Amino acid sequence: MDNKTMTMAASQRLLKKSNKSALQKEKRGKYLVLASALLIISATIAITIFLGSKGLQAFISNGVSIYEFLTSTKWNPTAENPLYGAVPFILGSFAVTILSALIAAPLGIGGAIFMTEIAPSWGKKILQPVIELLVGIPSVVYGFIGLSVLVPFLRDTVGGQGFSLLAGMIVLSIMILPTVTSIATDAMSSLPKGLRESSYAIGATRWQTIWRVLIPAAMPTLLTAIVLGMARAFGEALAVQMVIGNVRSLPSAITDPSATLTTIITLNMGHTTFGSVENNVLWSLALILLVMSFIFILLIRYLSSRRQF
Amino acid sequence: MKKMKSVYLLAVMALILVVATACGNNNKDNSANGGGGKKASGSIVVSGSSAMQPLVAAAAEQFKEKNPDADIQVQAGGSGTGLSQVSEGAVKIGNSDVFAEEKEGIPADKLKDHQIAVVGMSAAVNPEVGLKDISKKDLIKVFTGEIKNWKELGGKDQKIALINRPDSSGTRATFVKYALDGKEPVEGAATEDSSNTVQKLIKETPGAIGYLAFSYFTDKSGVTPLSIDGVKPTDENVQKGKFPIWAYEHSYTKGEPKGLEKQFLDYMMSNDIQNNLVPEQGYIPASKMEVKRDAEGKVTKK
Repeated sequence: MDNKTMTMAASQRLLKKSNKSALQKEKRGKYLVLASALLIISATIAITIFLGSKGLQAFISNGVSIYEFLTSTKWNPTAENPLYGAVPFILGSFAVTILSALIAAPLGIGGAIFMTEIAPSWGKKILQPVIELLVGIPSVVYGFIGLSVLVPFLRDTVGGQGFSLLAGMIVLSIMILPTVTSIATDAMSSLPKGLRESSYAIGATRWQTIWRVLIPAAMPTLLTAIVLGMARAFGEALAVQMVIGNVRSLPSAITDPSATLTTIITLNMGHTTFGSVENNVLWSLALILLVMSFIFILLIRYLSSRRQF
Repeated sequence: MKKMKSVYLLAVMALILVVATACGNNNKDNSANGGGGKKASGSIVVSGSSAMQPLVAAAAEQFKEKNPDADIQVQAGGSGTGLSQVSEGAVKIGNSDVFAEEKEGIPADKLKDHQIAVVGMSAAVNPEVGLKDISKKDLIKVFTGEIKNWKELGGKDQKIALINRPDSSGTRATFVKYALDGKEPVEGAATEDSSNTVQKLIKETPGAIGYLAFSYFTDKSGVTPLSIDGVKPTDENVQKGKFPIWAYEHSYTKGEPKGLEKQFLDYMMSNDIQNNLVPEQGYIPASKMEVKRDAEGKVTKK
């Protein structure tokens, strides 16, 4: 079929004006996909503009100082002299994100290597559905298990009240594990076979091949996997809220309760009134989340531009 | 051709979705603008306080049984949402745990307050703590972090774990105002929004103290409610004005209620609801209060 089209003359392959119905189909298809593309783009732009204008309102019309917002550690918007220091939440978000990535990255990449290099047949058969199942569990269930099992467990074993950065980190690392694993698996399996064969041919063992050849070769994509996982962890609200304690002071240890940008927004959104300063600073927190997700996307784009395979 | 058909189907479905959303918006706009009373077509939306939602939803259910043509939707989004939406005209009735005057950015003078019920609250501790009564002075010391261990108050040798509510929560505002005399609590072990979670945490966390509405103080709840200065947290004490920590459950309308919302609010204040449903749901009927309180917190005999 393909060959036949290839051998036809150009004039025969091109749609002629006389072939109206085919031409219309072409156009219809084009407009359909164009419309979906435009819809997606305009939705994104609209959200960005909306969040931008809402998020800046606290600084522009309510006179909250941006400097205080980004540097002060005291948050108390309902006090007589309201304080709007978002540092504890920004730090809290980064802390749980980075800590959970530190756990999920080695586990996820390890699982990916196991699936692609060590036991491609049965390993994949077991691990793949397990990973897919983890994706399918809703975050409220993770949070509920965390609250009912993990928090009491931590309270009895490591001390403190159980609500802690540690609990948030553990719940989040399990939640982002599937993201990291599945992208890392794609990265490893898309490596050209020649790499492995050449490595074995010059006498490398399997571990040497994995460690010295395959991981460095797949590194940019593996990093993308980790960054995507972090982006998910950064934006997760529900599960974290249930285990982290939502305390607005700075944590001094990993067993201390903390709060993240998302948990403060979800906790206070319903109680505050639209247009009030209290509500506007929550939008400012949301704007920080948006800016962070843009940074994550830039990071991913940079990493994928360095992709070799 | 088959492919084209499915594309058409998709397009039609997308179109329906767009039209449906647009219609939804239109309806909302109509009800928002149609304040003239002509459009009381038998459908209203109530929004606001999640603490009040079960009560209002149950009342709406009974109301609908009696008036099959009426449709009352009760949403829970928080007191702030309820007040914002009712003052914008997006909903007809906005429920709130606090006076509209206490929320910034709400034109309280344009809203009409209907006090449906009263909710009593008290501090509650984990049963192991071994306290049943606390003086207000000590309660303030516990919540401001001056007292850090229960043994200082004659309880068990356990660290105090405070369970707070979010800054903007109505329950917290009431508790701070009437139990702590306006002193801000320090950050404790955890901050949780839902009363169910707070109850679960107090029950399970050694040394925990938090604050809950009376309806959470059942035999099975696993928490010990505290008497304050020897006054037990009971409905009777609240009605007589002896127990200080209580708040009204407000339903606000924009201006005088008309049509269906007036009928529904009248129904909420009827003896049928006030004497049966309100106490069943753990609230104190507003009609039985012997004292009343204004937005500034001044309490006077009725």
